[in-house]
Amino acid sequence: MAELLTTPLHALHVKHGAKMVPFAGYDMPVQYATGIMGEHQHTRAKAGLFDVSHMGQVILRGPSHAAICDAFERLVPVDVAGLAKGRQRYALFTNDAGGIEDDLMFANRGDHLFVVVNAACKDADIARMRAALEPEIAVEPITDRALIALQGPAAEAVLAGLAPEVAEMRFMDVATVTLAGAECWVSRSGYTGEDGYEISVPEGAAETLAEAVLAHPDVLPIGLGARDSLRLEAGLCLYGHDIDAATSPVEAGLNWAIQKVRRAGGDRAGGFPGADTILDQLANGAAQKRVGLRPEGRAPMREGVELFASDAGGVPVGRITSGGFGPTVGGPVAMGYLPVDLSTPGTQVFGELRGKRLPLTVTALPFVAAGFKR
Amino acid sequence: MKFTEEHEWLLEEGDLIVVGITEHAAEQLGDVVFVELPEPGTEVTKDEEIVVIESVKAASDILAPLDGEIVEVNDALVDNPALVNEDAQGAAWFFKIRASDLAPMADYMDEAGYKKFIG
Repeated sequence: MAELLTTPLHALHVKHGAKMVPFAGYDMPVQYATGIMGEHQHTRAKAGLFDVSHMGQVILRGPSHAAICDAFERLVPVDVAGLAKGRQRYALFTNDAGGIEDDLMFANRGDHLFVVVNAACKDADIARMRAALEPEIAVEPITDRALIALQGPAAEAVLAGLAPEVAEMRFMDVATVTLAGAECWVSRSGYTGEDGYEISVPEGAAETLAEAVLAHPDVLPIGLGARDSLRLEAGLCLYGHDIDAATSPVEAGLNWAIQKVRRAGGDRAGGFPGADTILDQLANGAAQKRVGLRPEGRAPMREGVELFASDAGGVPVGRITSGGFGPTVGGPVAMGYLPVDLSTPGTQVFGELRGKRLPLTVTALPFVAAGFKR
Repeated sequence: MKFTEEHEWLLEEGDLIVVGITEHAAEQLGDVVFVELPEPGTEVTKDEEIVVIESVKAASDILAPLDGEIVEVNDALVDNPALVNEDAQGAAWFFKIRASDLAPMADYMDEAGYKKFIG
């Protein structure tokens, strides 16, 4: 097995007592001394600092903004050209079958698009973009920057203490901000359901910035364990689990990510991989759908648990794709796929756990209301 | 107190053996959120999975350390699984077993042996 990669904040994690685990080829903190439960609750109550430097950062440049947008729209079912300068948007790389190859964020930073993709997919994503976009568009992986997230209701006050202008940003705004003496690319976004920021910082300034943020009494370092429970309660998909190459955006309930202009009848309808399938599903619906699920008992039901329509007999009708204990909910929570006729909130289904069928209730997502600053 | 390689502790209490998991195991598991205990009166066989314990991270099983009958279980854990993290080797005992064969007790580690085992 190849040696694990490290992020520019590796020494900081060790210094702060992190328990390190392999994740997507990197040696990453799964938790600190606080523990997953405490880190989760602290992020919802105050603010948490996350190292997400393992994610892929890529800049797309071209002869004009319009040319970059036209090219990128060939890969994603999303309105790229209509995204205003200084704004960020969620997108998906789709495949010819209408499945999802990765989910991502992209920002209009004037003369270029700044793209952030999942760690486990970044090599494939870069290859996909190069194959589809070069030579007209330059695909530049950014490997000399860390990426950190500051999340939670206190995030604004903490970061504004270092750079007051970040308080003016709204959800999904992006800006260039000097932090720790370095040029940072800041977005008001995150993966926890809380208000907060994601900050691309030159690797040489990453530790200084992280320590400056951690010096605030409201901030604790947060590991991947709490990152997962926070995003699950927020109803956010984890690539490779809740969405993958075999699930479509419509099945995943991500219709909102496909703007009208790319749908049938829109000015730039289709023109992305799998458009026939995805546009058909947008018009006529898909057979299965991603849902929120609340186990009725106390036992967590995790990824892979098979779902049944009744408490005995029958074949599995779906399965859990993410599940665990939701510290803010105070009980088990899960997401999974079910046939559309079983996907209405309030519907009872059964999960098979250790040979027993236990009831779950289909529940609207998110489990915990978002705290975004719109 | 005796210890198993499965990170259980066993304490003789009259003719019963009280069983729980070690502080080391509780620390490794992280925050415990769910405990499922056997019914009192259940006859169990050594190495049979009889308790399910789930933390925020993962599910684990606890094996019967001895053959015998489960006489009493700690219902407080069902209502308050976090007790395992607070007092693993005290208030968070799991069950009391009336062993039909105490021979394996001789093979289990003493405290010094267990400390060495977990390094």
